[in-house]
Amino acid sequence: MNDILNKKALPKEEQALLDSFLADNRLFLGPDPEVMRNHSIAPRTAREDEILKKGMDVHQVHHIRGLINAALSEAFQMVNQMGAAPGAKWGDLVTGIFTNSGDLAMIAPHGIIAFAACCFYPIKFIIKYWVDDPTVGVKEGDGFIHNDARYGGVHNTDQSMMMPLFYKGELVCWLSSTIHEGENGACEPGGMPAAAESKYDEGIKMSPFKVVENFQLKRDLVTFLQNSVRDPKLQLEDMKVKLHAVMRLRDRIVAIMDQYGKDAVMGTLRSHLEDVEVEMRRRIKELPDGTTRVNAFMDSSLRENCIQKISLALTVKGDRMILDFRGSAPQFLNRAVNTNIASFKAALATGLLQNIWPDLPHTMAVLSPIEIVSDRNSILDAEGEMPQAMSLMPLFKACVIWTIPMNKLNYSLPHRYSAVIAQQYDQAATFIYGGLTQHGDITGNFCSDINGMGQGARSDADGEHSLSPVFGFMADSGEHEINEEDTPIVRLGAQRLAKDRIGFGKYRGGMGYEQIATMRNSPLWGFMTGCEGSLFSSAQGLFGGYSCPAYQLCKIKGINIFEELKKDPKIIDKWDMLSLMNEQPIPGGKYSSHDMGMTFELCQEGEIYMICQGSGGGYGDVLERDPQLVMKDLEEDLMSHDLARDIYKVVYDEKTLLVDEEATTVLRQAYRKERIARGKPFDAFCAEWVKPEPPAHLPYFGSWENLKEIYASSAGQRIKMDSDKLQGAFMLNPKDLQIAALEAKVAALSSQLDDCNKARK
Amino acid sequence: MNVLITEYLRINLDTENYECRRCNKVLVSARENYKRGLLVYDRDPREIHKPLLDTSKYERTYSPNPQWCRILEYYCPQCGTMMEVEYVPPGHPPLHDIELDIDALKAQWKDRPEVKEVPTGPVPPRRGHHHHGHSH
Repeated sequence: MNDILNKKALPKEEQALLDSFLADNRLFLGPDPEVMRNHSIAPRTAREDEILKKGMDVHQVHHIRGLINAALSEAFQMVNQMGAAPGAKWGDLVTGIFTNSGDLAMIAPHGIIAFAACCFYPIKFIIKYWVDDPTVGVKEGDGFIHNDARYGGVHNTDQSMMMPLFYKGELVCWLSSTIHEGENGACEPGGMPAAAESKYDEGIKMSPFKVVENFQLKRDLVTFLQNSVRDPKLQLEDMKVKLHAVMRLRDRIVAIMDQYGKDAVMGTLRSHLEDVEVEMRRRIKELPDGTTRVNAFMDSSLRENCIQKISLALTVKGDRMILDFRGSAPQFLNRAVNTNIASFKAALATGLLQNIWPDLPHTMAVLSPIEIVSDRNSILDAEGEMPQAMSLMPLFKACVIWTIPMNKLNYSLPHRYSAVIAQQYDQAATFIYGGLTQHGDITGNFCSDINGMGQGARSDADGEHSLSPVFGFMADSGEHEINEEDTPIVRLGAQRLAKDRIGFGKYRGGMGYEQIATMRNSPLWGFMTGCEGSLFSSAQGLFGGYSCPAYQLCKIKGINIFEELKKDPKIIDKWDMLSLMNEQPIPGGKYSSHDMGMTFELCQEGEIYMICQGSGGGYGDVLERDPQLVMKDLEEDLMSHDLARDIYKVVYDEKTLLVDEEATTVLRQAYRKERIARGKPFDAFCAEWVKPEPPAHLPYFGSWENLKEIYASSAGQRIKMDSDKLQGAFMLNPKDLQIAALEAKVAALSSQLDDCNKARK
Repeated sequence: MNVLITEYLRINLDTENYECRRCNKVLVSARENYKRGLLVYDRDPREIHKPLLDTSKYERTYSPNPQWCRILEYYCPQCGTMMEVEYVPPGHPPLHDIELDIDALKAQWKDRPEVKEVPTGPVPPRRGHHHHGHSH
């Protein structure tokens, strides 16, 4: 955005004059590619070099690191306990410490990795642009706020407080706190508007600016921000919470410097980063040289169904690792599911630390030695003007996508740093909401059910049920009672594991829970959901394990469940989605099943909305599942008998659950023979199977066989582009398409009617 | 010397072949795509992820849509073990998902002892059943 194109060579002095003039007269300090496209740690500063060359006492470094960790943890707890946002209450936050160059050195042990891994971008922006700007400047007691992901950040619901720490006149480090706040004044409540068709529908877009002076919030700016969102209470309260948590963190770091000196702290932060980078290179070097690959197919833009391919080739050569995402889907001009590459990288770091090498320190240095390649203007490297309010879709993929190819590289290693694991479920399966509360307040936010995604199966165990979100291993699924006190949402069913929705395998994926909700006592209330995976399974299995199933949003509209329960308290036998939908116990209800992506929709009192969290992928061949584990799933009512028989091929007594081991072995052996009989040799199969381009009926986005040819549908027409010349795809309004289809139907019926009338005459 | 590549595949470094870890079948050269040594079957996803909602009432039933999503199942031609599955849109070329540098692999394993059983990694800490000294 700030690139100067077609620079001509000038004499040195003139060039310097021109550079200085341009620097002083920059029209707009937009997101800076020099900052935003670099995810590696900065070179040592002269000060850091001087400190490290003197030599660090490793025991003292370890001790100081422990003290900083404790300080970060304390600040995290403050935000966790005092934060008003639902996200803060259940762990969707972080506190972090950065070197004075802005490199992320450490985060709170339980914090959200990606938040901090994004915060170094705005801090580097502040260092580059505001430190020397006489109208801004950076001094003791200042605090900066930011939320626009184009300047760094996961997405625009997250707001950060960033503070420089000066000690004896020297800028020693930066401190930050970030919360998923939710509401941000977007075109839909709750901060994640799938309906956003341009960046200007996304609500407030804060570039990094100073909102704190002398350790106090500037009331004029706070008021401006409160005036820009639906929840002014939330805005004020959490700005205060983040500020005071960062100030406490500052006190602790100052105390460490009082005791050990600032060089000890600066040296610890820098050596921590460098040590982690060295360890990363050592681990990469242990892996076999070669390339492993995975494709992910996302099936929705959250406005319409369409396939978007994410292509990843992971190459290791010596101590180099390259993640090559070329061949992925192009960006959308008017859909919210794009992301910028900086946010995408932060999600990749999260995936590495959550699923691959979770024992590594949580710092940006883990990603520093990895080279990341992408097509510009692809869905994961979208340009700044593209809407990206629902960037969660590609970002959640980034959290899990390298699980599969990394396991294919590291399975052989003699030593393992963590489990071999299939993909975790990766959809934001929760209700986003907005409207007037029972207390008369306007609000918009999301439920903490997002934090219960099923974990993938492991090479030696079933996956954990509803474990955590893909982006935060310690986030909790929360207390519904607190949510019910704050909002008119009433939980009719919660935390019941979604029976039969399983990623099957020798070991099965951990399952997700159901969420059944309605609204009571609000004059205006609505829900939205932002998930794909309703036509094409999302979480992938590993080494022969199946993926999770598809998932739906179900509704019972046109009823008031509270009135029904008054009439007959026993009208519902069992609050589970499948019984409610298949048995339809509430008379007069309009029962429907949908994709899991729904833009904001009004809910009348007592109408029922149902979704569930998903299963992680399975591991290994289903025929190798221990029959006793199959019985255990039956005993725990996680699975129906027909699946035990049809998928796992177990012979047993349904009443006693006693397995006939011998008959099971015979049945499984016979089934293996069936497989051999029906399977075709690969080359012969491909000759029939492989088509030269995507089927005409599929709205398909991304490469097919050739990674350099990218397919898309734009304005209703299929197009093919060179991967280095990608343009955004323009999507037609689904309602216009529906109207056109209905008009065509009316025209056809009218014409038939005319024919009938003519025939009658 | 064998190097274990997946739950079901190993590379015999001496013969430079992929082999099945269940039945020892020699599948294909380790310098090729291992899938070329396997059988493939195009599975309708509704057979695995069965409809859980009444298909006479609803179009969306928790089954992937077979017009959008197919499951390619890969079997060992000798023992019928399902070694890999791949979810793809109909007609999408199967992925060459493992492509190792065999010469580098040989050099890397020159001084490593053979691994016969794969380590499972550290066991995650679990909350113990400790007592609070009072009853609930």
